[in-house]
Amino acid sequence: MTRIEFMQGNTACAEGALAAGCRFFGGYPITPSTEIAEHMARRLPKVGGTFIQMEDEIAGIASVIGASWTGTRSMTATSGPGFSLMMENIGYAAMTETPCVIVNIQRGGPSTGQPTMAAQGDMLQCRFGSHGDYSIIALSPASVQEMYDLTVKAFNLADRFRVPVFVMSDEVIGHMRERIEIPETVPIVPRNGLEQGVLPFAAGEDKIPGFPEFGRGFGVHVTGLTHDERGYPEATDPKIHAGLVGRLVAKVEDARHEIADYSVTSEGAEIVFITYGPTTRTVRQLLHDRPEAGIGHLQLRIVWPFPEKVLQAFPKARAFIVPEMNLGQIAREIQRHTCVPVVSVPKLGGELHTPDELAAVLEGLL
Amino acid sequence: MSADDWFRTDRLPHIYCTGCGNGTIINCTLEAVDAMGWNKNDTVFISGIGCSSRAPGYIVTDSLHTTHGRALAFATGVKLANPRLHIVVFTGDGDLAAIGGNHFIHACRRNVDMTVVCMNNMIYGMTGGQGSPCTPVGALSTTTPYGMGEPVFDLAELAVTAGANYVARWTSYHVTELTRAIQTGLETPGFSFIEAMVQCPTAYGRRNKLRQVSDMITYLKTHALLMQKKKRMEEEGEPIPPEMFAVGEFTRRSRPALGVPK
Amino acid sequence: MRREVRFSGFGGQGIILSAVILGRAAALYDNKYAVQTQVYGPEARGGASMSAVVIDDEPILFPKVTRPDIYVIMSQQGFEKYGVDAPEHAVMLVDSDLVHSRPAACTCIEIPATTEAKKTLGRVIVANIVMLGAVVTATGVVSTAAIEKAVLDSVPKGTEELNIKALQRGFALGEEKKA
Repeated sequence: MTRIEFMQGNTACAEGALAAGCRFFGGYPITPSTEIAEHMARRLPKVGGTFIQMEDEIAGIASVIGASWTGTRSMTATSGPGFSLMMENIGYAAMTETPCVIVNIQRGGPSTGQPTMAAQGDMLQCRFGSHGDYSIIALSPASVQEMYDLTVKAFNLADRFRVPVFVMSDEVIGHMRERIEIPETVPIVPRNGLEQGVLPFAAGEDKIPGFPEFGRGFGVHVTGLTHDERGYPEATDPKIHAGLVGRLVAKVEDARHEIADYSVTSEGAEIVFITYGPTTRTVRQLLHDRPEAGIGHLQLRIVWPFPEKVLQAFPKARAFIVPEMNLGQIAREIQRHTCVPVVSVPKLGGELHTPDELAAVLEGLL
Repeated sequence: MSADDWFRTDRLPHIYCTGCGNGTIINCTLEAVDAMGWNKNDTVFISGIGCSSRAPGYIVTDSLHTTHGRALAFATGVKLANPRLHIVVFTGDGDLAAIGGNHFIHACRRNVDMTVVCMNNMIYGMTGGQGSPCTPVGALSTTTPYGMGEPVFDLAELAVTAGANYVARWTSYHVTELTRAIQTGLETPGFSFIEAMVQCPTAYGRRNKLRQVSDMITYLKTHALLMQKKKRMEEEGEPIPPEMFAVGEFTRRSRPALGVPK
Repeated sequence: MRREVRFSGFGGQGIILSAVILGRAAALYDNKYAVQTQVYGPEARGGASMSAVVIDDEPILFPKVTRPDIYVIMSQQGFEKYGVDAPEHAVMLVDSDLVHSRPAACTCIEIPATTEAKKTLGRVIVANIVMLGAVVTATGVVSTAAIEKAVLDSVPKGTEELNIKALQRGFALGEEKKA
């Protein structure tokens, strides 16, 4: 039976993870993500899982990657400075194709910034923050319900694509409480195991190798060095490096339209808002308050890989308005894929755009 | 089975220099692992970055060659998520004591059930001989061209203070003692730390008048002070020369440990 | 109809808990929609704490309070920071023991919540629950049955009786002052 709760976003994230079968949490407390760790600390031991508070965020993500190699669904949650600390090992997870879920409850940066206020300033960092070329998947919830649902989805995507998957939320959604429906069961798509006799890093058409779980006799060598299909270091062969990194990027990017998760409102609109995360709520309010304005809206629930084809859903668009709690990080990505003028509406300071602020932008364009 | 059965034959030749002591330490470790009767499928070797950390790549089991300094944090995740797996970590003085120092003390404090073998060659070997926290005072390296001016980290003492259940130090000269110590480490529930002082003629010896392998082995042998002798000297108030290091068993105890299979 | 409620006081008074209980009452027991949010700084005790609840019959789109209809003010600093500009249409309930200013434009209802909690109930800690009871009967923002259930869900075990007593004292004070 579906259960109705009045729940905080961070709690919903932890509950979604547990429902998805997450049984390992390694992390370090940091505002405004801490409630996720606290909830996992209470709940995991009761479902046979492991919670460990590590000495820092570097160790937190490291423990998560280690746990994942035992075949355990594993996650960490952090914010701002902790996210920065994790970057090297996130690259390691990408290179070694380790499924893991990283939740970032974004706060104002750079540096210590605004620990108790919201932001969306890490949207490019989650995509490009570690060195070298790679690809990842990033989701962005706009409600407590989506926090739950998208966390479940994050685990399924991580296992299917063998990549780090980010739940890029923020203080607004992380700390707000609202009504949520918790389903009795959630869809679970398990990792594809490695077949006997197949090389551990050899991939088929989907470019995703089967997962050789530790302790099952595969004798797999996992390294962050450039490696061949056997998993052996081959750090000076240009072809092997280009082939490996090319595959790591392509396995996600080639599937971007299939991975995409979004909502389109009013395809015939000339003025279209594009949002992800909490600004979605402001735009919905605006659409509700001004039904006569004929405004369109695209909500992206998955921001990376960026599904550029969805921009074509609005053939009459003459402006894309992109409100973000940063200086226009995704507006820049949208611009790259369209000839329609993109109007970035950045907001810094830690507060969500208000409907009045967006109405003023709209007035200027109508 | 013998120690040889644990090597990947398709990875040879290895990267180690002629005269390197790491092979000796790997052999001692695999002898000990083999003597435990452990199954290859249930044993995982984990490492960070550096010469010593390349060892897992030459072993047939599942292995995780991780990022610089972080091996113990990765290993903690593997062990706690599946306590049935036996965990052995290979690391070096730079990997463990410099960039990984914080993870080291916390892994000791948590007393996570695993055995760590640190090949302390007193230098960053792989990158061409930079000074490490274990480079002796006065020794030359590419980053201490006028002699190391900082004191050495005593890793074994650090492990004892931080809470490890078993701590020993030997050298690549003391093969029998080292193998026995590693085996005791493998047998001891909780965190076991075995420091193996090892020669690096290429990056350390060459700059420090110990060019020949035999010079370096002699150095390790003559600078090693047996624990019993050290204690006696201390009791008798005899000064211990600062360039000497103690070898033997530092502690064997049963503090509460994490990740011990039930 | 959308109604916005803003609570303010000092850290440690249970300002955030009050808002959570109110939101819970609306969302779980009055079959409405509710969103609870908060503003907080580094201090766990003291400082001006603010928490807000939006309650609506329809799903709530914009989650933040922009134009509160109901103010619940439990400290002078809270009044100055979050209550002083209350517009004409609003209703403000103040803890008359702790707030000495009064709003210029809107209706003000004085509730001696802290005195009630201390003298009648013997525990100053339940002042916020007294206040919550008064809010419910003075404004009808949620039903008394709903808030009672939500209080019982939210308070520590063993304190239910005290809290329900506090809530009922609040109901009476709110009813009295409304007229």
